[in-house]
Amino acid sequence: MSIELGHFALVLAFAISTISAIVGLIFWKREVLAGYLQQGAVLQFVLVAASFAALIQAFVVSDFSLKLAYEHANSAQPLIFKITAVWGNHEGSMLLWVLILVIMGAAVAAFGRNLPKDLLTLVLAVQSLIAAAFTGFTLFTSNPFLRLSPAPFEGQDLNPILQDIGLAIHPPLLYLGYVGFSVCFSFAMAALISGRIDAAWARWVRPWTLLSWCFLTLGIAMGSYWAYYELGWGGWWFWDPVENASFMPWLAGTALLHSALVMEKRNALKIWTIFLAIITFSLSLLGTFMVRSGILTSVHTFASDPTRGMVILALLALFIGGAFSLFAFRASTLRVGGLFAPISREGALILNNLFLATATVAVLVGTLYPLLLDALVGETISVGEPFFNLTFGVIMAPLLIVLPFGPFLAWKRGDLIAVTQRLAGAAGLALFAAVLCFALTGGEVSLAPLGLLLGFWVAFGALAELVDRAKFFRTDVVTSFKRLFGLPRTAWSTAIAHFGIGVTVIGVVAASAWQQELVTTMVPGEGVVIAEHQVTFDGMEHVEGPNFVSDTGRFAIRAPGGGVRTALAERRVYNASGQPTTEAAIETYGFSQLYVQLGEPQADGKSVVRLWYKPYVTLIWLGCLMMAGAGFLSLSYRRLRVGAPRPASARAAAE
Amino acid sequence: MTRKQKRLAIIAGLGAVLALAATLIFVAMRDQIVFFYSPSEIHEKAIAAGTSIRLGGLVKEGSWKRVGETSDFVVTDGQTEMATHYVGLLPDLFREGQGVVIEGSVTADGSFAATNVLAKHDENYMPKELVEELKKRGEWQREGAPL
Repeated sequence: MSIELGHFALVLAFAISTISAIVGLIFWKREVLAGYLQQGAVLQFVLVAASFAALIQAFVVSDFSLKLAYEHANSAQPLIFKITAVWGNHEGSMLLWVLILVIMGAAVAAFGRNLPKDLLTLVLAVQSLIAAAFTGFTLFTSNPFLRLSPAPFEGQDLNPILQDIGLAIHPPLLYLGYVGFSVCFSFAMAALISGRIDAAWARWVRPWTLLSWCFLTLGIAMGSYWAYYELGWGGWWFWDPVENASFMPWLAGTALLHSALVMEKRNALKIWTIFLAIITFSLSLLGTFMVRSGILTSVHTFASDPTRGMVILALLALFIGGAFSLFAFRASTLRVGGLFAPISREGALILNNLFLATATVAVLVGTLYPLLLDALVGETISVGEPFFNLTFGVIMAPLLIVLPFGPFLAWKRGDLIAVTQRLAGAAGLALFAAVLCFALTGGEVSLAPLGLLLGFWVAFGALAELVDRAKFFRTDVVTSFKRLFGLPRTAWSTAIAHFGIGVTVIGVVAASAWQQELVTTMVPGEGVVIAEHQVTFDGMEHVEGPNFVSDTGRFAIRAPGGGVRTALAERRVYNASGQPTTEAAIETYGFSQLYVQLGEPQADGKSVVRLWYKPYVTLIWLGCLMMAGAGFLSLSYRRLRVGAPRPASARAAAE
Repeated sequence: MTRKQKRLAIIAGLGAVLALAATLIFVAMRDQIVFFYSPSEIHEKAIAAGTSIRLGGLVKEGSWKRVGETSDFVVTDGQTEMATHYVGLLPDLFREGQGVVIEGSVTADGSFAATNVLAKHDENYMPKELVEELKKRGEWQREGAPL
C-alpha cells in the first residue's frame, strides 16, 4: 500500500512541478505568483520525500513484491545496506537525483524571501521545469515503483562491491553538488529572461555556487577514497569517463565561484559568469547522461536501456540548447561593467578562469572523443592517464604557479613587484622544502620534486597571505595574533582552500612518485619487509559474515617506530550472488598508508599477497576536506549568508 | 596602455593559452591513445612489438597456468589465439572461459606481455568493446545477457 502511495506522491509532484513551470514562465511579472511558486516548491519536496521514504520502507522490510527491491536487495543484508540499496540501482538513484533537485528548489523558496519577486518566480519556475523533466523521466522510463506478482520469497543481492559504507556517503554528497548547480542554472536563466543582471545577482548566486561546490568536492573526494580502498576500481583516480563526468562540473564550478566574485565586487565579467553558470549545470547533465545512458561500462552503469539514453539525450539537448539560445539572444544586451588593469585581482581571477576553462575542455575532449570515434567510425580506443597527464597536468601547472599571487593583488590595479616581494618568504620556504625532499628521497632526478615544489609553493603562498595580513614580523607577536584571529572569515576560507589545493598536490605527487609495491607468495609465518615495515603473514581463517563467507588473512605489521598492529585482508564470497570481492587491509601510519591485498589461494596452501606502501596518500583527501571545509566556513560568514542579500547600490549608499 | 591595447593584450593572452591547450590535446591524441584489438586484429594489422594496446578476448579453457604470482594463459577470439604472460594479482572474477581486457604490448616472439588485467564488476559484466568484437566475429553466444 505504501508503495502505491509513494508512486502516487511522485505523480503528484510531477503534476505540481509541470504547472509551476508553465505558469511561472508565462506570468513571471505578476508579483502575487511568487508565493504560490514558493508553496509549490515546498510541496514538490514534501511529495518526493514521501515517495522516497516509501521506497526506503519497502527495502527495509524486504518487500520483494517491489521489483526494484527484489532485484537489488536481500533480506540477509545489514540494515544500512538495505537502505543504501535504494539508490544502488538506476531507478532509485534517479529518484535520489530528483529528491535533491526538489530539496534545492525548496531551499531557494525558503531562503529567497529577500529576492525581488519576479526573479524568485523565474528561478523557481526554471527549477520546477528541471524537476518536471526529471520526475517525468523517472516515472515514464525508470519507474522505481513497479510490482511483481506473485512476490518472490527472497531478493537477489545488491552488487557486493556496492555493499559498502561508501554507497551511503558518496552518491548523496555527489548529487548535492551536481544537482545543486541547477540553482545557479535557474538563476542564470531567470537573469537572462528578466534582464536583471547586476552585482546583486552575483551576490545571490554565490552562496548556492559555494554550497554545491563544497558538496561536490566532498562527493568526489569520497568517491576517490572509495575507489582506492575497494581495489579493482583503479586506485584513487583513474581518469575513468565516469570520474571525469563529476570532475568537469567541479572545474567549471570552481571557475564560476571565482568569476562570480569578480561580478559581485566589480560588476564585471557578467556575460562570462552567466555562461559559466549554464556550462556548469550542463556538464552535470552531461555527466548524468553518460553515467545513466549505458554508453559507458562502469560500476555506475546499472543497466543499459537505449530508450533511457535517448530520452536523457533529448532532455540534455532541450536544456542546454534552450539555455544557449536564450544566452545568445540576450547576452548582447549586457553592458560591460567595471574597468581594470591586466595586473589586478580581476586579472588574476580571469587567468584562473582561463586555465580552469581550458582544463575543462581538455578533460571533455579526452572523455568524449572515444565515444564519438566509436559512434562515428566504429574504432575502439581508450584515452587514459597519459593523455590527461600531458594535457590536464600541463594546463594546471601555470595556474598553480600564479595562484598565490591572486589574493595579494589589489582590485582594479595591482603592484606585481610589491606582491612578489611579499611572497619571497613563501617561495624560499617552498624551495627549501622541495630541495629537502629531493635530498631525502635519494636525489633521483624526476618530475616529482618539481611537483612537490609546486604543492609547497601553493600551500605556503596561501599561508603567506594570512601572515601578511596579520602583520607578523612587522609588529609585536601579540598584536599579530590578535589581527590574525580578527581577520574576516573570507580571508581565512580563501587561505584554507588554497592551502588545501597545495596539500592535495603534495599528496598526489608523493603517492604517485614514491609508492612501493611488492607482489609475493607467502606461507603462514613468513614475513616480508616493505618500506621498513615488517609484515608477517599469520595465517588464514574462515569467517562467516551476515550475507557472505570470508577467507580472512591475518597479518602482523611492525612499524619502524615499534608497535605491532594486526591487519585483516579478506576474500569474500557473497551468498546470494556467489560473487567474490576482495577487501584490502589498510593501515594508516601518519599520513602514509600500508595496503595489503590477498590474492587467490594457491593449490599448495600458499597465498599470493600484494603489498603497497603509499607515502602521504591521505593528504590527497585531507586537502579536499580542507577545500570543502573552507567553503562551509565562508558560507557561515554572515555577510555572505543566503538570506541577507543587499544590492550593490544600496550597499554603496550605506557606506 | 589604452583600453584598446589592454583588450588586445588580454585577447592575445587568451589566444596563447588556447593555442597551447589545442597543441597539447593534439599531441596527446596522437601519442597517448591506446587502441583496442582482438587477437585476430593484432595478427591482421601486424601490430608492431612494443606498441601499447588493449587486447580483448576470452580466456581459453584449460590454458591458465599459475606459478606464484606469475600467470600464463591464452586469449582467444575463436579464430586466433594469443599467449599472454602476466605478473601480479588477477582480478577477483578472472576465470577460464570468460572475457577479459588486458593492457600491455606484443613482444618480439609474438606473445602478449600484460601490464594490467582490467577488473570487472560482476560475473555478467563483459567489456563493451569485447561484446562488439565477438558479435562481429560471430562468437557471441550470450545474447540478452545483461552487460
